[in-house]
Amino acid sequence: MNIPSPSAAGNEPGSVNRQIVLPFAKSVSIAYQSIRVRFFRSLITTMSLVLAVSFLSFVHVSTDVANGMLRTQDPSLRQMLIRSGYDLTPEDTTVGSSPKQRWIVVLSLLVCVVGIVNAQLMAVTERFREIGTMKCLGALDRFILRLFLLEAGMQGLAGAGAGAVAGCVFSLLNVLLRFGPVAVTSLIWTDILFSIGLAVFVGCLLSLLGVFYPAIIAAKMQPVEAMRVEQ
Amino acid sequence: MREDTETPEDKIGVVMEESTDIVRVVDVTKTFQLGKIEVEALKGVSIEIPRGNYISIMGPSGSGKSTLFNMIGGLDKPNTGKVFIDEVDIAQLDAYELAWLRCRKIGYIFQTFNIIQVMTALENVTLPMTFAGMGNDEAVEKGIELLTLVGLGDRFRHKPFELSGGQQQRVAIARALANDPAIILADEPTGNLDLTTGEEVIALLKNLSRERNATVISATHDIKMLNVSDQVVWIRDGRIDKIENRDELSISVGQIGVKA
Repeated sequence: MNIPSPSAAGNEPGSVNRQIVLPFAKSVSIAYQSIRVRFFRSLITTMSLVLAVSFLSFVHVSTDVANGMLRTQDPSLRQMLIRSGYDLTPEDTTVGSSPKQRWIVVLSLLVCVVGIVNAQLMAVTERFREIGTMKCLGALDRFILRLFLLEAGMQGLAGAGAGAVAGCVFSLLNVLLRFGPVAVTSLIWTDILFSIGLAVFVGCLLSLLGVFYPAIIAAKMQPVEAMRVEQ
Repeated sequence: MREDTETPEDKIGVVMEESTDIVRVVDVTKTFQLGKIEVEALKGVSIEIPRGNYISIMGPSGSGKSTLFNMIGGLDKPNTGKVFIDEVDIAQLDAYELAWLRCRKIGYIFQTFNIIQVMTALENVTLPMTFAGMGNDEAVEKGIELLTLVGLGDRFRHKPFELSGGQQQRVAIARALANDPAIILADEPTGNLDLTTGEEVIALLKNLSRERNATVISATHDIKMLNVSDQVVWIRDGRIDKIENRDELSISVGQIGVKA
């Protein structure tokens, strides 16, 4: 019954096994609970993501709207676009976002990642004892890593989703006010969906990117930390 | 990862039939690097802890008490010398095996309770069982049974902040017993509790460990703890000062655990 484990080369081989598990569904429920209990904490962590993603989605949707208007080939709409600040030469049939816009978007996303790293590092410090306790109960490094990644993934999905939709709505309201109903009627909705999808994807990616380093710190923590009284 | 064939029953069977020491510490030294200064926390400690006993480790702070305690609990590795837990040299274990050891062989009880705040009492108790691969229904059933045992049968849905310190420590005791460990490691379990609650917790720990045939090793300052101890290990300046058995304890024995 006791099969010697090669690496447990103690005096009495085999009395130490190595199988420790945490089912995926259980990890998801722990991560979800963790977010729910610390709702405001999570909200603040997610807020920078919401803002950055909504900006990204705003820029993309605005471009989609402009493209939709151009595609109608109506010269008056073209004039309207030029008057509102789009650089259009007579040959142009599509518009892209300007380099300046792209720069601002990239910068806002960068700032957002830094914000997430900061917030998550603090979250890890706050939860040192919880992590240490889990490790004392037998959790492996990768369980901790997985929990943090799952949490960040959920926060990312929720935050980026909210941000993308908010950015899109805001952008549509904006063009509606500026160009009137024609801006919305000439829209190609699949483009909008694509822009929202892209924004959500980028948001999730950023959230995971931001939590990666803090999660590794958490996972590598020694269980002895749970014993420390201070904090 | 490879030897998944063992069942928990096999393990307990093995533990029961052995009569050797559960923990053996052989000539252990441990040095910490504090900035540029080397601090010798343990200067050659040897100790054997028999199975099923209730051991208290006493000593002033800075005596190396915590260091020794952490070694025994598989939380730290010695510089030289060997620590055997259940006849397994912990220095030889990899991360997976250490995690397994912590999960299945050792139950931890902390001074600050360390109940995971985001989980209910029941979830706290079932978590180690989940790690050990137990099914959910089975774990919940055993968790409720354990919580009833520590007198919290009606409070298993409560979150930690709804429980008093004594109740939290009871949850911690139930959690420590979750996987029927051979060793229960208690670090100043009464340090944050008032006198009466502390006594209750000690009595509970003593009774449950005896019922379940677990060895209790506790680091403490609490004289109440000495009364129930089978053996008291005094640490001083990185060495073992003296080991006193229960019958030769010089302090007066109080009311709790007298029947032991």
